[in-house]
Amino acid sequence: MTAKQSLPWIAGAALIALPFVYREPYHLHILILILIWSFAYTSWSMMGRFGLVSLGHGGFMGVGAYVTALLWNHLGVSPWIGIPIAMVAAAILAMIVAYPCFRFRITGHYFVLVTLALSGIVLQVITATRDYTGGSLGYTPDRTKGSQIWALQFDDKVTWYLIALGVWAVGLAIWKWVDRSMDRYALEAISEDEDAAAAAGVNVTWEKLKITVISALMTALAGALYCQYQMFISPDTVSGIAVSLQMVFAVIVGGLYVSLGPTVGAVITILLAEILRIGFGTKAVGWDNLVYGVLLVLFIIFLPKGILGSIIDRVKTLRKA
Amino acid sequence: MTDIFDIYLLEAMVNGILLGGVLALLALGLNLIFGVIDVTWICYAELVMIGMYGMYYMVQVFGLPYYVAAPFAILLVAGLGALLHLLVIAPLLTAPPINQLLATGGVLFVLQSFATVAFGIDFRNLGIRMPVLKLFEMHLSYSRLLAFAAALIGMLLVYFFMKRTYIGTAIRAISQDRQIMALMGVDTRRIYLITSALGGALAGLAACLLVLQYDIHPFVGLSFGPITFLIVVLGGLGNFVGGFVAAFVFAEIISLGGLFSDLEWGYVLAFAFFIVMMFIRPAGLLARRS
Repeated sequence: MTAKQSLPWIAGAALIALPFVYREPYHLHILILILIWSFAYTSWSMMGRFGLVSLGHGGFMGVGAYVTALLWNHLGVSPWIGIPIAMVAAAILAMIVAYPCFRFRITGHYFVLVTLALSGIVLQVITATRDYTGGSLGYTPDRTKGSQIWALQFDDKVTWYLIALGVWAVGLAIWKWVDRSMDRYALEAISEDEDAAAAAGVNVTWEKLKITVISALMTALAGALYCQYQMFISPDTVSGIAVSLQMVFAVIVGGLYVSLGPTVGAVITILLAEILRIGFGTKAVGWDNLVYGVLLVLFIIFLPKGILGSIIDRVKTLRKA
Repeated sequence: MTDIFDIYLLEAMVNGILLGGVLALLALGLNLIFGVIDVTWICYAELVMIGMYGMYYMVQVFGLPYYVAAPFAILLVAGLGALLHLLVIAPLLTAPPINQLLATGGVLFVLQSFATVAFGIDFRNLGIRMPVLKLFEMHLSYSRLLAFAAALIGMLLVYFFMKRTYIGTAIRAISQDRQIMALMGVDTRRIYLITSALGGALAGLAACLLVLQYDIHPFVGLSFGPITFLIVVLGGLGNFVGGFVAAFVFAEIISLGGLFSDLEWGYVLAFAFFIVMMFIRPAGLLARRS
């Protein structure tokens, strides 16, 4: 058992040591993107694993990115303060939409479509307030000279890699924390049968609201990090339905019910997009999403537990036999 | 000054009603599919987009007259609807409903990127300029009037199909009780296929009408897709009358909101209205509170 327990620590040490040994900027860039998106996908699956399929996470991510950048550009508020404000804003937005949904038992299709409306609103608001946000042309946080901790802007990729790695690890820790808590059992009961869970004394609305707020806070952080790293955001890359679907897709491919599933999903989808981009060059516009979409449909039909989930299942049955 | 303003207000309201007709058509299609098969086609607006490209190629490239091309476009999208059911929904009928919904989300990606790859991202249009009708100083375009009239006729046809034919009766019966109908000797698979084709045909009709007003590009579905879902949810999923009413409510909000500010604010208002309504009437506009 000790080998199994020490494995995460060894892997973690290897991941921390990596940028000091290997510094190829393009590969580090891909790794940073994978880590940030893994964190975003993990945040989504916090809810998704309990049957709370939200298409509103594009909205939370957009709020996280835009609030941080707008506070910095217009009021000079440091991202260190701006990011918590953005996260709280996303959490409030989540509560405004989620509370009536849970209170009035809006589940299944209805919940998906209501949250879909949410990411639609955020996208339209960003586009409509183009005097401040740059509209669909995108938005760039004001640059400082060189790396500045105060502005959360760093020129070298190693710093960003370590930040992204840390946040990703925190995401996994939160997953584990939820996994070990009583709330997990409550939420699993709710996703099986709401009425039975309520009858057994589970506070359905409160439990769902808690996990939704955690998920929204994390997603907003992912959005803010993405903004600070890329230094360019546009409504289409951080908000809207396409981003929400992208999250769902990656998580389904990786595996919804295992902690590293979203990460595997991020690795696969980002590598796929990069390979297609390099392979097809500028002709790649559209091809990556075409492959994504076909894969998503095939996965849902043939491998609904995702790649990692299916592998783990296979290993477990082999051990039992 | 005030009476000129009123004319604009009236014009916006009339335009809202005209827009509502097409939205109601789309809502009917989605409701039909939800009511019978119990799935939501997230990619519904993308079917419309493919239909619009079909119209573009038939009219602009092959030079067919608009009214000849329209039936073909409707058939094309009806076929797509049936295909979508056979390839994606049918294998997932026993899967959790969420999976069906997400699979159609994947189809949304496929259709959008297929259009990007096949047709490019340029904006295209039919190049048909419809005259503008002047009525009491209001400017109403014929394309919108035509769209409204055709949408109403389309909905009436569906109504009579549902009320007067055997298949229509079976469809309505299935939407009331899915299990029993199979025992009554109705071939549910056939009914599902016909319903999907019918839903596709409605999307095709909407495509023929929207192509007169919108430029065509791979992401055009996003400009009316989300609003259609809101309409259907606000009306109550599967509630035909509710969807019809909600379509006009939304169209008016968008149209009037667009009059006072940008079009996006019209959409924002509509979305906000939707969320407020979810507080007040979570089961749909016409639902009775239990």
